[in-house]
Amino acid sequence: MEDYHMDEAELEVVGSMWPEDVGDDYGSQFNIEKSGGEDMLEELAFEEDPTVVDFQRLLELTNYSQKGSSQLAYLVKSWEFKQANAVRLLKEELDNLSNLRKAHELKKWEIQEEHRFEEERVGGEQRHVSILDDSYDILPKVPPRKSHFIVQRQRVEVDAEFDTLLYWKQRALNCEKLLAESVQRERILMEKLEENIKKLETQSSPVEELSQILKRADNFLHFILQNAPVVIGHQDKDLRYRFIYNHFPSFKEDDIIGKTDEEIFTGGGVKESQEFKQEVLDRGLPAKREITFDTPLFGSKTFLIYVEPVFNKAGETIGVNYMGMEVTDQVRKREKMLKLREDIAVQKAKETELNKTIHITEETMRAKQMLATMSHEIRSPLSGVVSMAEILSTSKLDREQKQLLDVMLSSGDLVLQLINDILDLSKVESGVMKLEATKFRPREVVRHVLQTSAASLQKVLTLEGHIAEDVPIEVIGDVLRIRQILTNLISNAVKFTHKGKVGVRLSVVPEPECSVSQECRKKSSSADHSTYASDRLTDAKTLSSEAHSNENGVHCIPARNDPEENGAGNDNSQCSSVGDDDEDRRSSDMTVWIRCDVYDTGIGIPEKALPTLFKKYMQASADHARKYGGTGLGLAICKQLVELMGGCLTVSSKEHYGSTFTFVLPYKVSCTPDNSDDSDDISDLIDPDDASSTSDITAGYFEFQPRISSSLYASGRPKRNKNLAHNLGFDNFHESNEFIDRSYSSKQVPLPVDVSRVSDGTPESISNPESPPSCCSDPDRDGAESADRFTMDQDAAPDDGPFTNNNNVVPPVTAYFDADRSRGGEVSASTERGKNDQKIQNSIIPEENGSGSLLQPRILLVEDNKINIMVAQSMMKQLGYSIEIVNNGADAVHAVQRDRYDLVLMDVCMPVMDGLQATRLIRSFEETGNWDAAEEAGVGPSSSSSPASTLDSFEPAKRLPIVAMTANSLAESGEECLANGMDSFLSKPITFQKLKECVERYLQ
Amino acid sequence: MDGVVLQLQRKLIDYTNSLFHEGYINEQFSQLQQLQDESNPNFVMEVVSLFFQDSERLLNELGKALGQPVIDFKKVDSHVHQLKGSSSSIGAQKVQNVCMTFRSCCEQQNADGCLTCLQVLSSEYFLVKNKLETLFKIEQQFMAAGGSFPM
Repeated sequence: MEDYHMDEAELEVVGSMWPEDVGDDYGSQFNIEKSGGEDMLEELAFEEDPTVVDFQRLLELTNYSQKGSSQLAYLVKSWEFKQANAVRLLKEELDNLSNLRKAHELKKWEIQEEHRFEEERVGGEQRHVSILDDSYDILPKVPPRKSHFIVQRQRVEVDAEFDTLLYWKQRALNCEKLLAESVQRERILMEKLEENIKKLETQSSPVEELSQILKRADNFLHFILQNAPVVIGHQDKDLRYRFIYNHFPSFKEDDIIGKTDEEIFTGGGVKESQEFKQEVLDRGLPAKREITFDTPLFGSKTFLIYVEPVFNKAGETIGVNYMGMEVTDQVRKREKMLKLREDIAVQKAKETELNKTIHITEETMRAKQMLATMSHEIRSPLSGVVSMAEILSTSKLDREQKQLLDVMLSSGDLVLQLINDILDLSKVESGVMKLEATKFRPREVVRHVLQTSAASLQKVLTLEGHIAEDVPIEVIGDVLRIRQILTNLISNAVKFTHKGKVGVRLSVVPEPECSVSQECRKKSSSADHSTYASDRLTDAKTLSSEAHSNENGVHCIPARNDPEENGAGNDNSQCSSVGDDDEDRRSSDMTVWIRCDVYDTGIGIPEKALPTLFKKYMQASADHARKYGGTGLGLAICKQLVELMGGCLTVSSKEHYGSTFTFVLPYKVSCTPDNSDDSDDISDLIDPDDASSTSDITAGYFEFQPRISSSLYASGRPKRNKNLAHNLGFDNFHESNEFIDRSYSSKQVPLPVDVSRVSDGTPESISNPESPPSCCSDPDRDGAESADRFTMDQDAAPDDGPFTNNNNVVPPVTAYFDADRSRGGEVSASTERGKNDQKIQNSIIPEENGSGSLLQPRILLVEDNKINIMVAQSMMKQLGYSIEIVNNGADAVHAVQRDRYDLVLMDVCMPVMDGLQATRLIRSFEETGNWDAAEEAGVGPSSSSSPASTLDSFEPAKRLPIVAMTANSLAESGEECLANGMDSFLSKPITFQKLKECVERYLQ
Repeated sequence: MDGVVLQLQRKLIDYTNSLFHEGYINEQFSQLQQLQDESNPNFVMEVVSLFFQDSERLLNELGKALGQPVIDFKKVDSHVHQLKGSSSSIGAQKVQNVCMTFRSCCEQQNADGCLTCLQVLSSEYFLVKNKLETLFKIEQQFMAAGGSFPM
C-alpha cells in the first residue's frame, strides 16, 4: 500500500516535470522540425557569413523600432508562458505532496491519540521542510513549498491480549518499526526533492534559452537563404544600408553599410529603385515592384523588389526593409509568352480579317461581275434592237411609222444610257475607273459640248460659253471624263430650262479649300440662292485625289500659276518633251484649278431636294421624274467622276430662277510642245492655212442662238442642221447621218459634235448618201484629207485631247460616219458622254468581207493561256474552223504583218505586248498603210516583207475584225477594248455559244 | 444497258451534279463536256490534265515568288492571272474566286494576304483536283463497263 502510493507519486512527478509540449509550441513558431533538425544543421558548414550586420543598429532597432520591440515582447511572452507552465507543474506536485502530508498528519494524529507518550519521541523528528524556499528565490511568484511526509495509515496487529505487558511491548515494537519506515520514506522524499531542486537549478536561464532559439532560427534562415537568389536588406530613413544579406556579395561590408543604392551602383534602374524605396518610405505602405537594372556591375537583370516600411514606436518611419529577388529569366519568359500570345492573337485577327476580306471580295466581285455581265448582256441585244430600228428608220416609212420609230429609238437609247450609267457607276465605285492624262484645250471642249447640245436642241435656248482669258490654252486631264461631266450637266440644264439660256463659264481659281469653294459658290450665286455643298466633300476629295495621283502617276502640285505664263509656255515649243526629262517635266508642270460653272435659267431646284441631288437614283421629286424622265444617275456619276479627279462638284439654285452647277478640278499645265509626245498623225494633218484656228484657240466666248424648231421629227431636222451648220460656218448637210441624229433627237442628250457631217468642200462625197462605204473607207483618200474632212473643227484636230487620244488608230471616218456599217454590228451608243467619236465602233459589214469568205477563213487566236487555247481551239474545231495561234500581242502583230486574217481573237492581258497595244498597232497600219507605229514599238515587219509589198498585198481599207477576249473583270473593260480599236469583245470564259455568234457575225 | 452500267451512270451523274452543286465547277465545265465527242473522246481529261500541270507549275512559281524577301507583286499577279484564266476556262469556280481575291491582295501589295491566299488557293486547287480525278475515275469505270457518251 505504501509502495503503491510512492509509485504513483513518483510517476506523476516525473511525467509532468518537463512537459514536451512547451518545446514543441515554441519550436513551431519557427517551423523547426524538431527531429533531426539540429543534426541537419550540424552537418552544414557555414563557410561564409554573407550577412553583414550593423549590430549597433540592430540593437537600436530592437530597442526602438516597433518591430524589434514586438519581437522582444514575443520572446518574453513565450518564455513567460514556459515558466508559467513550469509553475503549474510545480504546483500540481505541491498539491500532491500536500495531500500526502495531510494523510500523514491524520495518521500521526491517530498514533498520537493512541500513544501519547511515544508521540513526544517521534514528534521532534517531524518537521516541515520547504525545499524551494531557499534555493528557488529566483521565482518569487512560486509559493513556498510545504514539505510533508507520507504517512500510511496502518493497523498494527498485536497478538497479545490487550493491556497486558506483552501487548504493550509488542505494540511498542510495532510502532518502532513504523517509525523507522516513516523515517525511511521521509529520507527518500527528501532525496527526490533535492533531485528536483537540482533539476530546477540546472534549468537554463531564459536569456540563454532565447539566444539558443535565436541561434537556431538564424541557422535555419541561413540554411534556407544560402542558395536563394535574394537580397535582403534594411535601410534607414536616408536609405543608407544598415544591413544587407546578399548571396552573391560583390562588395565588402564597408562598401555597403552606410551607403545608398545610388552611391553604390550606377546604371539603369538604380534611380528607379531608389525612388521606389523613397516612395515606400514616404507613404508608409509596403509595396512590390519589378525593376530592371542595367548596371555595369551585374549586367541587365530584373528584380522583384518588396519594400516595407519600418516604424518606430511612435509610428514614424525610420527605414525600410527590402527584399529583392532576381526574376530576369521569368520576366524574359513571361515577355516571350506575352509576345507569342500577342503574335498569335494578331495572327488570328489577321486571319479572320483576311477571311472576311476574301469573303467580301468574293461577294463584291461576284456582285460587280454580275452587274457588269448583266449590263453587257442586256446591252448587246438592246444595241441590236436599236441598230435595227435605226436601219429601219432609213427605209421608206410614212410619217406615223417614223414617229413610232423615233419613240422606239429614244426609248432604246434611254435604256442604253441607263446601262452605261450603271456600268460607269459600278466602275467608279469599285475603283477600276482609270483616269487618263491627256492634253486638251478647254475652249475646244466647251465649244464642242455646246455645239453638240445645240445640235440636238429642241427648245428656244441660247447656249453660251464664257472662257476667262486666264484659262490656259492647253491643260492635261482626263478629257473624256470632263466632257462627260460637262455634257451631262449641260444636258441636265437644257432639260430643265424652257427659256432663256444655258451657259458654261470657265475661270481659273486658286486651289479651293472647302471654305474657298463655299465662298466661290456664294459669290457666283445670287444672295438668296440656296447653296448646297455635298457632304463628305473633303473626304471624298482627298481620297479621290489620292486615287487620282496613284492611278495616273500624276502628282498634283497646287500652284497659283500665272496663266499668261502658261500661255507663253504653251506657245513656246522649246521646252523639253515629256519623255526626255522627267525631272524637268515635273518642275515645269503646274497645277491649275479651273472652275466650271454650268448655269441655266431653268426651273431651279427646291432647297429640300438639294441634299439628295447627288445621290444615286434620286431626283428632285417624283413629279420631276415623271415629267422629265431620266435615271437619276447622271449627277451621281458627275459627282463621283469629279471627286475621282480630285475636284468637287457643288450646286446652287433658286427655284424658278435657275441653277448653277459648279465643279472645280485640278489640271496640270504643261509647257511641253503640242505634238512632242503625240504619236498620232493627225497633228500633222492640220491645215496650216486655216485662219480660223488661231482665233479659236484663244476665243473667249461662244454663243449658239436658239433656232426655231417647228417639228421634232420630220421637217425640223434639216433646218436645225442648217442652223447648226450656219453656226459653224458650214452649210452642208448630209443625209446619211440623219438616222444617227434622229436616234438622239427625242431626248435631251446632246448629239456629239462629230456626228454632224462636216464638209470642207468635198460635197460630192456627201451628196451620195446611198453609198456610204465608199466615202468612209475610201482607200484612195489619204489620212490627212479624211481627217480634215470629218473633223468639225479643223483647227482642233491636232490639239484636242479626245481626238488624239482615242482615235489615233482609227480614223474618225471609220468610226462614226459609216452609217451602213452599223447594220451588221452594234452601235454602242454612249451618247451621254458626248464622245461618240470613240464610242461608235461599228463592225464590218459582211459584204465587205465577201472576198475572204469564199475561202476557209483564217482565224488568229492570240492567247497566252494554254488551257484557254485548248478550249478555244476545240470549240473552233467543232464550229468547223481551224485556227492559228500566237501567244502574245507582239507575235500577233508579226502574224498580221505576214499574213492576212479574217478574224483575230485577241486576249487582252498578255505578256510581252498586250492585246490593246497590238490592236492599236494593227489599226495604225490599216489607217496609215505603214507599220511605223509598230516599228516604234519594236515589232516592225520582218525584212522579208517590205512595207511596200505589204501595202500591195493588202487593201488598206479593209478593217480586220479584232475581237477582244476580256477576263470579264472590270479592269479589262469592254469599253477600253472598243476604245483601242477592237470591234467587239467576248467575256471569258469563252462559251461555245458566244464564240459561235462571234464567228458567225464576222465570218460570213 | 445492264444494271452495272446504269448504276455507274447514276453515280457519275450524281457526282457531277454534286460538284456543280457544291460550286467546285460551273457551267463552263459543261462547255468542255459538250466539246467532247467521238473525234475527241478524251478532251475533258486532256484539258483538265493540262490545267493540273499548269496550275501546279504556277502554284510552285507562286510559292517561290512569295518566298522572296522582296516580293515581285507584278510577277505574282501575272501568275495568278494565268491561273485565273485557266481555272475560269475549265470552270473551276472556287479556284477562280480565290484568284480574284488573290489579285486584289497583289494590287494592295499585301504580302500576308497573298500568302494566305496562296494557302487557300492550293487547298482549293487540290480539292478540285481530287474531285475531278474522282470524277474521271468514275467516268472510266463507266466507260469500262460499257457505257458511252453522251449518256
